Amino acid sequence: MNTPARHSFGHLFSAWTWKMAWRDSRTSRKRLLLFSSSIILGIAALAAVGSLGVNLNRAIEEHAKTLLGADLVLNSREPFTPEEDELFRHIGGEQSREISFTTMVYFPRTGGTRLSIARALSGGFPYYGQLETEPAVAAAEFRKTNGGTLVEQTLLAQFDVKIGDEIRIGNLTSRVVARLNKIPGESVALSAIAPRVYFSMDDLERTGLLREGSLAQYRIYFKLPPGANVTELVNSLKPQFEKFRLHADTVEERKRELGRAMDNLYHFLNLVGFIALLLGGVGVASAIHVHVKQKLNTVAVLRCLGGSVAQAFSIYLAQGMALGAFGAVAGAALGVGIKMLIPKVLADFIPFSFQFHTSWFAIGRAMGLGFAICVMFALLPLLAVRRVSPLAAIRGSFETARVRRDPLRWLAGAFLAVGVLAFAFSQTRNWRIGLGFTIGLGLAFGALALTARLLTFAARHFVPGALPFSVRQGIASLHRPNNRTLLLLLSLGLGTFLMVSLYLVQKNLLTELISSGGKNQPNAVLFDIQPSQETALTNLIHSLKLPVLDEMPIITMRISSVNGRSVETLSGGGKGRDRHGWAFRREYRSTWSDHLRDGETIVVGKFFPAVTNDTGFIPVSLEQGIAKELGVGLGDEIIFDVQGVPVKTRVASLRTVEWRRIQPNFFVVFPRGSLDDAPAMHVLVTRVASSEESARMQREVVTAFPNISIIDLTLVLQTVDSILGKISFVVRFMAMFTVLTGLLVLVSALVTGRYQRVRESVLLRTLGASRGQILKILVVEYFALGFLAALTGILLAIFAAWALAALVFKVSFTVAALPLLIALLGVPAITVITGLLISRGILNHPPLAILRAEE
Amino acid sequence: MLEVRGLTKSYPSGGDSLTVVKDISFSLDAAASCAVVGPSGSGKTTLLGLCAGLDQPTSGEVRLDGVHLGALDEDGRARVRNEIVGFVFQTFQLLSTLTALENVMVPLELRGGNHVRDQAVELLKRVGLGERLTHYPAQLSGGEQQRVALARAFINRPKILFADEPTGNLDAETGGLVIENLFALNADAGTTLVLVTHDLELAKRAQRVIRLKGGAVVAEP
Repeated sequence: MNTPARHSFGHLFSAWTWKMAWRDSRTSRKRLLLFSSSIILGIAALAAVGSLGVNLNRAIEEHAKTLLGADLVLNSREPFTPEEDELFRHIGGEQSREISFTTMVYFPRTGGTRLSIARALSGGFPYYGQLETEPAVAAAEFRKTNGGTLVEQTLLAQFDVKIGDEIRIGNLTSRVVARLNKIPGESVALSAIAPRVYFSMDDLERTGLLREGSLAQYRIYFKLPPGANVTELVNSLKPQFEKFRLHADTVEERKRELGRAMDNLYHFLNLVGFIALLLGGVGVASAIHVHVKQKLNTVAVLRCLGGSVAQAFSIYLAQGMALGAFGAVAGAALGVGIKMLIPKVLADFIPFSFQFHTSWFAIGRAMGLGFAICVMFALLPLLAVRRVSPLAAIRGSFETARVRRDPLRWLAGAFLAVGVLAFAFSQTRNWRIGLGFTIGLGLAFGALALTARLLTFAARHFVPGALPFSVRQGIASLHRPNNRTLLLLLSLGLGTFLMVSLYLVQKNLLTELISSGGKNQPNAVLFDIQPSQETALTNLIHSLKLPVLDEMPIITMRISSVNGRSVETLSGGGKGRDRHGWAFRREYRSTWSDHLRDGETIVVGKFFPAVTNDTGFIPVSLEQGIAKELGVGLGDEIIFDVQGVPVKTRVASLRTVEWRRIQPNFFVVFPRGSLDDAPAMHVLVTRVASSEESARMQREVVTAFPNISIIDLTLVLQTVDSILGKISFVVRFMAMFTVLTGLLVLVSALVTGRYQRVRESVLLRTLGASRGQILKILVVEYFALGFLAALTGILLAIFAAWALAALVFKVSFTVAALPLLIALLGVPAITVITGLLISRGILNHPPLAILRAEE
Repeated sequence: MLEVRGLTKSYPSGGDSLTVVKDISFSLDAAASCAVVGPSGSGKTTLLGLCAGLDQPTSGEVRLDGVHLGALDEDGRARVRNEIVGFVFQTFQLLSTLTALENVMVPLELRGGNHVRDQAVELLKRVGLGERLTHYPAQLSGGEQQRVALARAFINRPKILFADEPTGNLDAETGGLVIENLFALNADAGTTLVLVTHDLELAKRAQRVIRLKGGAVVAEP
């Protein structure tokens, strides 16, 4: 008897299967290769991102010490005490100190002023890596007294500042001696939020900016002798660190943090790349569907000749696998080619430079994943091969109503869904996010598929007979047998959806910020105002014809105890408290006020506007979130340490605060009369009408009061815009893989449908249709497909962006019409152009020639 | 060689059932030849499909070389076809992506045969296509394609050959040549031949003629 029936996968080991698959592909190889191109970009994206992941991890290992610039860093919010200095002497090694604070820097030549981070440095930091400056020699020279200032590129560019220009930081007048390009362990993107300037510790005194209560960060960097066990040292000194409220940062800790951040970045990019691969998979499934349909007769003949179901199936499975393998190899090759682009795209987010090596492991993994996705998607249409009856060879129309509810199709579909979920989980390490990604993607695919169904239904049932023939014929193409409506809506719609969602989210975040500075809202905040400067500053603001919208004191304090339990017990105690330790240990900048501000709402309890001189507990209002972190509620007692003085309070109310408002917001608000005598810095809130007015106000204030810092909404907007711009550039770069995949799927779908279209066009031309009519039919069909895909993609994007705005970012949602209109017309335009390009030749040749050529 | 008993085949049609083969019984000895004739829609091709195990009857049974086809699953019937059955179709049914030689080799290759080239070449020479081995079906005329199909049908030395309107797509002269080839190969190999045809002249060359009308046997001389 014949070869025993073997499982399909068993047949894959038969040389004949592959030989037959090769022979069978003779007339369709070019098309098959085109189909495989759908997955190339997805694999290329994953290969390049995978290489990035491996390289990042290696770079973090290699550059571990330069990530911190030292072996150990200790941070404090307060100046170091003699006891702490004693502790530092005990730790030993080489030491370097830094005091860092936010302040306005002013460039007299151009009149530019901006809130920046000033860092006064002494000693040899960084011990590993270097401050990259231009000229390089300045990195050492600036440490001397009057050695000048290093200024980050962002600031230099913003105010057109040149090396040698004067710079004022508080009362210190210095010279810009170099452009600061890179700081060990810090990303360039940070400079968008607050650009950094470095000067010598010896010059700090002359700034006049550090006074009692000033907000500053005190750091000491250690270079320990070789072989020193830093982790052990930190563990042994933990009690002292806690006692002095010192935060220790080690290379290992930084590596972990950075590794986690880089992993998140890498996994995020991987997920976006994966969408491109999935869309490519859909393209493959569709192409295989068409291919298999054309091969049903061959399968029937093979079955007549005695071929088993498994033999016939394995031939086409082999083709699907070969197609996947080709796509994987080509994708990997492209991935190797474009991998150099990825570090450039991400340059601002990676706090170290590194050599980008090809990771064969990452490329192999991307190839494996791409191959698996391709085969999984190909399996869905391939399963139809099993259902081909040999009878079809003698009765061509035999196979019609039999391919319904194939349990294996459901199984393959479920396998695919589980595969996507598993991948999403592997990237997010979080079931909820992984499931959310899978469901979100499923919903997007589902909505596009549903639209396609509705469209074909509408095209079949609701097209008015009064429409011109060409239009009716074009619309009829949407529902004719073997139409590509579903596939094209998926491929074009998904690309549109991704790009428009990105745009809408970015715009809405910005719009929210702009609207938060509405007409009567404050849009400039002046802080670090000394009590002695209050009156003079108010006068200056009034003289500039600006309103003083609000004024408030800021008093720094820490929590000593909660309900009689000390902070040390609470923050280091039980497991549940560890997580919230920061809430107990942090420094609180509180205020006293006799009224609630806009954006503040009491949710429980009573707000006390004022108290008389009382020795009892002061009724305070806590922000709801911090109360939760501290685990306190109404009536709980908190003792604050207000710069050495214990202040007893009782939680009298909980409030919600709109943090995104451009105004000072507080966790704890005391009543008037409770802290009036405490040393305080003041904040003043005003509103400027234009960026020119803002610049003038800033110049005047900084010249008169160099210690006062200013935040204005324009700057915040610029900052957010710049950061969102950088993030969205990265996301858009990755989304482009999906968009391009969509275009490739479009091309292959049109190519697979070309034969049928040619036959129809030729028939119509034979019956007397003009070239113009045929062209109109094609344009109507492509336009309808592109338009509906764009419309669905845009509607989905609006929904997704709304959901993100309302549920994640909690901002109001608006839609800008013009960009959406551009997308709505641009996508159909691309579809029509691509379609006509692929259909060229149909119109230019005599019908007979085409019929012969296509046969 | 072929034993058919009470063979009936119905298809669901609308909410109803359409019987296209009604209670047919006959048997054929080894090396016998039989023509099935009848008007279009009389059930000839359905009967042939059932006899060759291409489809399952609604009732009745078919025994091919003693093997009860109804007792086999789809792959079992495929093995039977590969071992003892040959086919010739009205529309030739050559695989368009395979050369003439490769088309002829397929049945043996499906069995796992490796050195089948010589046999295929020999058969193609016998049907007069020794010079067209590497031609694809599209490069051959209708008659040549049907001769390739004949060579393919005989490559596995079938015990029974089913031919469905083998000359239906050919002109009289070409058809005649194909039929000569068919009967010559049949005689040489001692194969049982079941021939579905409209052509009464052709039917006369068979030892036995079964006439069908409305799915039932109306006369059998």
